[in-house]
Amino acid sequence: MLRRKVTSALFTAFCIGSVALALVPLAMILFFVVSQGVQALNLEFFVGRPRPVGETGGGMGNAIVGTLLLTGLGSAFALPVGILSGVYMSEYAGTRLASAIRFAADTLNGVPSIVVGVFVYGVAVLPFKQFSALAGGLALGIMMIPIVARTTEELLLLVPSTMREGALALGATRARAVFTVVLPAAAPGIVTGVVLALARIAGETAPLLFTAFNNRFFSTRLTQPVASLTVQVFTYAISPFEDWHRQAWAGALVLVTIVLVCSLLARLATARLEGMTRG
Amino acid sequence: MRNDLGFRLATGFFGVLLMAIVVAIGLELVRQSWQSITTFGFGFWTSAPWDPVAGKFGALPFIWGTLYSSVMALLLATPVALGIAVFVSELCPARLRAPLSFLTELLAAIPSIVYGLWGIFVLVPLVRRFEVAFPDALRGLPMFSGPPLGVGMLAAALILAIMVVPFTSSVAREVLKAVPRAQREGALALGATRFEAISAALYYGRTGIVGAIMLGFGRALGETMAVTMVIGNNPQVHASLFAPQYTMAAVIANEFTEASSALYLQALVEIGLVLFVITLIVNSLSRLLIWAMARSSQPAVVPQPASAAAAA
Repeated sequence: MLRRKVTSALFTAFCIGSVALALVPLAMILFFVVSQGVQALNLEFFVGRPRPVGETGGGMGNAIVGTLLLTGLGSAFALPVGILSGVYMSEYAGTRLASAIRFAADTLNGVPSIVVGVFVYGVAVLPFKQFSALAGGLALGIMMIPIVARTTEELLLLVPSTMREGALALGATRARAVFTVVLPAAAPGIVTGVVLALARIAGETAPLLFTAFNNRFFSTRLTQPVASLTVQVFTYAISPFEDWHRQAWAGALVLVTIVLVCSLLARLATARLEGMTRG
Repeated sequence: MRNDLGFRLATGFFGVLLMAIVVAIGLELVRQSWQSITTFGFGFWTSAPWDPVAGKFGALPFIWGTLYSSVMALLLATPVALGIAVFVSELCPARLRAPLSFLTELLAAIPSIVYGLWGIFVLVPLVRRFEVAFPDALRGLPMFSGPPLGVGMLAAALILAIMVVPFTSSVAREVLKAVPRAQREGALALGATRFEAISAALYYGRTGIVGAIMLGFGRALGETMAVTMVIGNNPQVHASLFAPQYTMAAVIANEFTEASSALYLQALVEIGLVLFVITLIVNSLSRLLIWAMARSSQPAVVPQPASAAAAA
């Protein structure tokens, strides 16, 4: 009996140790990103653009604008496709097409981001012989679609069926029931999911390397290459220059802040939603 | 019934579009790599020298590096991920549950480029120090041979393990949640210790657990930026954890924009195609397992005895 009790205690210790072990890298990453990142964080970082090698200073203003542009374009591609296929999956749950769409969404979610980049290079860069913001946005959009679709589906299924049935019983068409009753009921949750998806694609690098490419200047032209925070951090991180390394850390700090703020907002929103449905 | 068909067609169209994207990815990759596939044949995947300048394209080092790093990451990550899943869902006080799951989710949300940056400037120097201090007696083993560079397979496996943990543990937690309470309670009632009760639950959910592990594997296979930045990017098939190597995703990320000939670019796309197919298989299999687990445990969740008694 003692041996079994000891095994059990060791097991509990192992589980606690696992949690501690996973929190070590998290704490380390946050510590280094913050402590190294703040050093290069100043006004010029946010409004300036990269300086040539050898000149210190400069900033990532153009990359920040680029990331905003790219995530905006990505959402423009992803939201209609994601939300409406989510609606189909939940409204016609159980049909063969719904299952096939769900399978496709999960598959797309598992496609490595670099492969998405190669695909978009083939369909949106090669034909025009031009890296472009549009291609980058398309790549990010493809990454975002499955997340939005699955979130929408799951949240729509949580809406009590009595609401839908009530609307239908009052003579509403299916479309009207979905767009004026069911979707609004699920909207806060869907917005939360979209915010999380945005945070994720804003942090993507691999699909942008050969779609949006990079740009040393401020650019919002859709047919031109555009800078992004992530690609800029990558370029600086693998460079041999101290000053660029500091800027890379600052860029990472901005990225992590975006992710952290989005996750916290989402967490608060979900907590409130849960409180509402429970209360 | 009036316009329902129109609604169904309209929403269904976007669903079909989603499916079309997946199919298009596959077709486009085949189209863009057709010349490479027909030129090199299957030998592409079994030959080692990768020397684009000399026109030699052998993708074996990349397959090797991808599998080696992912398997090592899995070995490191799985016990920890399962430990976390068990702690969060079975052992920890209810008050800790939400913050802990938030922290592990945060680990999953940190962009891979940030992992890479941290990898280059923090992890790699630590790994180098470890390699320098490594006991000489063990250096004779092929797994630990070579100079202590810091960058290399070990750093890649470590960073992948950190990145995979949250995925595996969150799915494993879902699986544990799906195991009926009665499983644990029954074991405890028979006098089992907590460990024995939990291992009974884990055993009950084994298909789902395997699915969770495979999901982590799929993530590790396709991970690009963080690995590119720490693995050393040297196309060689080497058994040593200390040796700089290369992965499929990393070679695409590094060499795609530099590919100087059509065939070079095609060879890189072919690597992407195979990566796509491998992750497709691994992910489908993992979802199938998780789904089978969820389905098999469903009847047990429904409190049948009670309703049967009421009916009687």
